[in-house]
Amino acid sequence: MRKSLEKYYRIDKLPHIWCPGCGNGIITGALVRAIDNLKLDKDKICIVSGIGCSSRAPGYLNFNTLHTTHGRALAFATGIKLARPELKVIVLTGDGDCAAIGGNHFIHACRRNIDITTIVFNNSIYGMTSGQYSPLTPVGAYATTAPYGNIDRNFDLCKLAEAAGATYVARGTVYHVPQLIKFIEKALLHKGFSVVETISTCPTYFGRKNKLGSPVRMMEMLRDNTVSAKAAEKMSKEELASKIVIGEFAEINAPEYTEEYMKIIKRAQGEE
Amino acid sequence: MSSMPRLMQGNEACIEGAIAAGMRFYAGYPITPSTEIAELAAEKLPKVGGKFIQMEDEIASMGAVIGASLAGLKAMTATSGPGFSLKQENIGFACLTEVPCVIVNVQRGGPSTGQPTLPAQGDVMQARWGTHGDHPIIVLSPSYVREVFDLTVRAFNLSEKYRVPCILLMDEVVGHLREKVQLPDPASLKIINRKKPDLSKISHYNPYQDYDGDGIPPMVNFGEGIPYHVTGLIHDITGFPSTKPEVTEYLITRLMRKIYNNIDDIVEYEKHFTEDAETVIVSFGSTARSAIRAVKILRSEGEKVGLIRLKTIWPFPRKAFRELPSTVRNVIVAEMNFGQLIETVEAACEGKFNIFGLNKYNGELMSPDEVIAKVREVNKNA
Ligand SMILES: Cc1ncc(C[n+]2csc(CCOP(=O)(O)OP(=O)(O)O)c2C)c(N)n1
Ligand code: SF4
Ligand SMILES: [Mg+2]
Repeated sequence: MRKSLEKYYRIDKLPHIWCPGCGNGIITGALVRAIDNLKLDKDKICIVSGIGCSSRAPGYLNFNTLHTTHGRALAFATGIKLARPELKVIVLTGDGDCAAIGGNHFIHACRRNIDITTIVFNNSIYGMTSGQYSPLTPVGAYATTAPYGNIDRNFDLCKLAEAAGATYVARGTVYHVPQLIKFIEKALLHKGFSVVETISTCPTYFGRKNKLGSPVRMMEMLRDNTVSAKAAEKMSKEELASKIVIGEFAEINAPEYTEEYMKIIKRAQGEE
Repeated sequence: MSSMPRLMQGNEACIEGAIAAGMRFYAGYPITPSTEIAELAAEKLPKVGGKFIQMEDEIASMGAVIGASLAGLKAMTATSGPGFSLKQENIGFACLTEVPCVIVNVQRGGPSTGQPTLPAQGDVMQARWGTHGDHPIIVLSPSYVREVFDLTVRAFNLSEKYRVPCILLMDEVVGHLREKVQLPDPASLKIINRKKPDLSKISHYNPYQDYDGDGIPPMVNFGEGIPYHVTGLIHDITGFPSTKPEVTEYLITRLMRKIYNNIDDIVEYEKHFTEDAETVIVSFGSTARSAIRAVKILRSEGEKVGLIRLKTIWPFPRKAFRELPSTVRNVIVAEMNFGQLIETVEAACEGKFNIFGLNKYNGELMSPDEVIAKVREVNKNA
C-alpha cells in the first residue's frame, strides 16, 4: 500500500477477514484512491454499510463508519445525510444487501435523489452466508440454494437505478480498476444519488459453485466478458447475452433532496 | 410563560413535547392511530429548523432515526402495532449501539392488522422484548393528554441520559382523546442532552469506554472530527467486533446495569389510596383513567380500594409493590389485553397477595363500571 494512503485505513484492524482472491479489497482500495485523488475532507466523510462480506469494508476505513443491519444501510444513511447535509455520505453494500432485502430502500433512495454515493459490491452471490443466490445471480448459475441452476431472473441493477431516478449510474469491475476509480470519483462529485455497481469476484462461493477456476481465471473472465456501453450500443441482444456491459449509464442534473428540504425550511419559516 | 389552555389531542401533545425536548428529526410511515403525529411533525419541524421525512416503510424510518441521532439530532418516530413490529430489528441495533432515540407506539388492536381504529394495550410485552436478544429498554405510558406532553419530554431526557431507545407506549384512547391542557413554559423544562467526553482528559476516544464508571459512555456525534466505528455486532470499548467471552459478558452486563442501577431515577408511578387498602388495582394508560374513577366511587361507598398507576412500565416498578401496606390482600391488574403485565406483577408481589386479572380485548375501552364490578367480585370471594 502507498504510504500516503495509510491514513485512510485502520491499519491496526488488518489483516481483513476476506478470502484470498476476493474482490472486496480491490473495491475498497478504489474508493480510498478516489477519495485521495479528490482531496476530500476525511472528517466530513461518513461510510455506511449493511451486512455481508462486502459490508465489513467500513471497519477497515478510518472515517465515521457505521455497520448497520442487513439491507438497511441506505435508510441509516438517509437519516445521517438529512440531519447533517455537510457530510459526504457513502454507502457500501452487497448485491444481496442492496437488491434483495434492501431493494425497497434502494429504489426509494434513487427516487429521492438524496446526495449519497452507493457502491454495490456485486459478486453475484451471498458470500457471508456461504453461497446462496441473490437477485443479481445470473439465470442458470449455481448456488447452494440453486443446486439445479438458478431460475430466478436477475435485475439489471443499473437499469433499475436509472428507472428509479438515480442521477449518476455506472458499472465497473474489479478488473478495470483505473476506470472504477474514475467512476467513483465522478459519483462522489455528483450532486444527487449516485450508484456505482462493481462486478466483483467471490472465488470461495460463486467461483467454486460454478467451476470458474482460480481467482486469476475469474479476473480474466471479467476482462474477456465485458463490453463498454458504447460498443454495446452496436451489438445485438444475442451478442450481448453473456456479456457484462460496463460504463456510465446516467448523468443527470435534478433537484437534490436535502437542498430541496432547506427550501422547505425557508418556506415554513415564511422567508420565501 | 405557559401557554393558554387549549383543547388538544394526545398525539398533538406528543409532538409539542418532542419539540420542546429538542427533537429536530422525525422519520416515519403513516399508520392509524398515530398518523397525526407524523402530520404535525411535517408541519412543525421545519418551522424550528428541524427535519421531517416520510420514509418508504417503518424499517427505513427506524434506520433513518438512528442515523440522524448519530449525526447529532434528537430523533423520533411514531407508529402502531404492525409498524412497531417492523421497527424491532433496528430498535435492537439502537439498544446495542446505544444511540438515543424515541419510538412512539400508539397501540391499536392486534395481532396483525387487527383493529386499526380501536383501543388496546396488547403491545406491553412487545415493547419490552420485541427485539431479539438481551437488551435494555425504557417504556413510558401516559394516561392524560397533558401527561403525553410530560412523558414525551421525559422519554427524550431518559433516552439521551442513558443512551437507550425509549418507547412511549400510548393507546388509541390517549392518542385521540381531546382534553383542555395548558402546556408549561418551555424555558421551565429540564432538558437533558447526551453526555460528551471531556477531550482535555482523554488522549484517544474509545466510543464505548465507561469513562465515568456509570455505565454510560460519553458520545461524540458523527461529523464532530473524531472518526469512530459503530456496529451492530458485539463490540469492545473501541467499537470493533469481538467474540471474546469476557468482552461479550462485559458489554451485555453494562447495557443492562446502566438501566437497572438507575431504576429509581427511571421509574415513576402514582399511588392512590393505598395506605389502608385491602384491594389494589394496577393499571396504566387510558385504562388507569377508568380505574381512578372506579376507586373514587368505591371509596365514597366505604370500600378500601387503592390504585397504582404506572407511568414507567419497563423497567418494571417492583418497588411499588414492596411498599404496599400489610392491609392489602388482593391485587387486580387491569389491562386492555388478554393478560400481559399480570405475570410481572405477580412476580413483583412475591406471593404476598391474591392476584386477579381484569382484561378487556374486544375493541372497547374498559369502563369504570367494569372495574367496580371486578373489585366487588374479588372482595366477595377473597
Ligand atoms: C435480517 C437478516 N437476514 C439475514 C441475514 C443473514 N445474512 C447475512 S449477510 C447475507 C447476505 C449477504 O450477501 P451480499 O449482500 O451479497 O453480501 P456479500 O457477503 O456477498 O458481500 C445474509 C442473507 C442477516 N444478517 N439479517
Ligand atoms: S466468501 Fe466470497 S465475498 Fe466473502 S470474503 Fe470470501 S471470497 Fe470474498
Ligand atoms: Mg454478494
